[in-house]
Amino acid sequence: MAELLLDVNNLVTKFKTADGKLSAVRGVSFSVNKGETVCIVGESGCGKSITSLSIMNLLPNNGEISEGSVRFLGQELTKMRQDELRKLRGNKMAMIFQEPMTALNPVFTVGFQIREPLKIHKRLSQREAHRKGIELLKQVGIPYPEKRMSQYSHELSGGMRQRVMIAIALACRPSLLIADEPTTALDVTIQAQILDLIDDLKEELGMGVIMVTHDMGVVAEVADRVMVMYAGEKIEEADVESLFSNPQHPYTKGLLKSVPNVDDRNHQLEAIPGTLPNLNEVITGCRFHNRCEFATEKCRTQSPKTFTVNDEHTVRCWLQEVEQHDESAATASSNQ
Amino acid sequence: MMNLQQPLLQINNVKKYYPIKGGILQRVQGHVKAVEDVTIDVYEGETLGIVGESGCGKSTFGRAVLRLEPLTEGSIVFKGQEIGTLSDRKLKAFKREMQMIFQDPYASLNPRQRVGDALEEAFIIHTSLSKKERKEKVLNLLDEVGLKAEHYDRYPHEFSGGQRQRIGIARAISLNPSFIVCDEAVSALDVSVQAQVIKLLKDLQEKHQLTYMFISHDLGVVRHISDRVLVMYLGNTAELAPADRIYDNPLHPYTKALLSAIPRPVPGRKRNRVKLEGDLPNPANPPKGCSFHTRCPLATVRCKEERPIWREVEENHFVACHEV
Repeated sequence: MAELLLDVNNLVTKFKTADGKLSAVRGVSFSVNKGETVCIVGESGCGKSITSLSIMNLLPNNGEISEGSVRFLGQELTKMRQDELRKLRGNKMAMIFQEPMTALNPVFTVGFQIREPLKIHKRLSQREAHRKGIELLKQVGIPYPEKRMSQYSHELSGGMRQRVMIAIALACRPSLLIADEPTTALDVTIQAQILDLIDDLKEELGMGVIMVTHDMGVVAEVADRVMVMYAGEKIEEADVESLFSNPQHPYTKGLLKSVPNVDDRNHQLEAIPGTLPNLNEVITGCRFHNRCEFATEKCRTQSPKTFTVNDEHTVRCWLQEVEQHDESAATASSNQ
Repeated sequence: MMNLQQPLLQINNVKKYYPIKGGILQRVQGHVKAVEDVTIDVYEGETLGIVGESGCGKSTFGRAVLRLEPLTEGSIVFKGQEIGTLSDRKLKAFKREMQMIFQDPYASLNPRQRVGDALEEAFIIHTSLSKKERKEKVLNLLDEVGLKAEHYDRYPHEFSGGQRQRIGIARAISLNPSFIVCDEAVSALDVSVQAQVIKLLKDLQEKHQLTYMFISHDLGVVRHISDRVLVMYLGNTAELAPADRIYDNPLHPYTKALLSAIPRPVPGRKRNRVKLEGDLPNPANPPKGCSFHTRCPLATVRCKEERPIWREVEENHFVACHEV
């Protein structure tokens, strides 16, 4: 039985804006087990990054978790005081950001930034932290780690900076690693190196990993389980095999069809018409209905329930009702 | 689709170096060799894909071909006329024929200018149409790229990323060019919108017999849109072949590594990756011999000493590598 690491239940994150409070995340629930990689996919603006920032409690000032719970290793994070949270962040849970140049501090050396969590959380001395830092840089595959310790982030290449961030995130051996588009800014050859590295370290440390990405290729490569988000909601969740072989939601199907296939020239690209709605748009019923080619009257008026496809696979779409109804009708008629 | 007799563009030995200045006197201390000796013909009606990692010189090459950057060396022959050395004034006539679509359309649009006015500008400069005729042209353009007439009076910030890219495309096709350089034109877009824009580019190409140079780091998109693909590494050409051949039978070890590094949307498949160690070397100080030898799994002593020659190993398939 897999050990539960993180349990997010009905998370609602809102932002205060000039137009009033807008929900960026609308009632998202999911969990992460130890040693498991969960990918959150969706287009930009669908709330995937805000979900991960909510877990870390690193929301911008105008954002707040207004409902729901985030339980990490049995502790409720949403009710925690800032100083208690600080003991967890960078220690038991860590995050890697998309743009390492903006996430690293340009006025401190790599060494300073990698020693910092070790000194604060593990209470290592300067010398011990330095030795450990070199070890960490070596672990993430950085050549000449001793030299890098005294360099600044602008002296490193993009791939190298991302490795430094990973090294800092992993310094205290976290149980949960949240990676928000860790390879989007990198070239494919470097991306491959970084994904392999995260995977190796996951095995080694038994971490749970939440990987936020929009790249279906990356998902197929690293995920155990996938959660698809659209306009702030979780619309489908499944293990990686069944999501790719048997996608249920029209949006998931559309996403998969709009990825150009490298191995097949004759692959037909099918775009999803329209764009993601704005946060302040009021949409009745299913939030995808105005882009969905199968939308029915019910989709326009009622918010869809969650339907179960199998144990690992759930989807929020009214079309399931028709299909499951048809199936039961078919079995009923065959029984007659 | 490809007309092999008619090179629209003949690019010969194009080089683009940027000086590095330093010291008290700001003297030139060296050069960043962004593009190092590229020779290629671009045929009428084809899409030539250019791929490579960031910093490999693909964007600089695209800009140099349009003469947005002065060439350090080499010649560009467009429709039979040498344009590599033309003065800016004489170049104006050619600029109608050659356009560019940029990666970030937001950065290339004036935030205080209405979209209709931005599109009209090209007609003011290059044609003698009346105001009414120009407006009609712009409305036609908007329709052609899938925007509405009501968008004429809006500002760039009112558009989504995909719509802005459509505006960028409208600007590029406004003067009926024959050649368009698309520099990472769909890279900043989400996949669903990206597919829409790729489809638009393909439709326009068919309708107006456009020739594209499609620069991208996304090998999936490039395969989808290109007839031929050129792989660049550190300012050098590594491999050139028809798209199917380069994807199904890559010869250069760098092409192989690039292709094997792409994450495929097929879960559970074990990949045989050609692993590349380390990063791209500094283009100000490129390695001697073959520029790829520092990361190449096949590198020999010869690769460290001698620069490989760009040669045709089979019909239409060019490679620069000693080991092929």
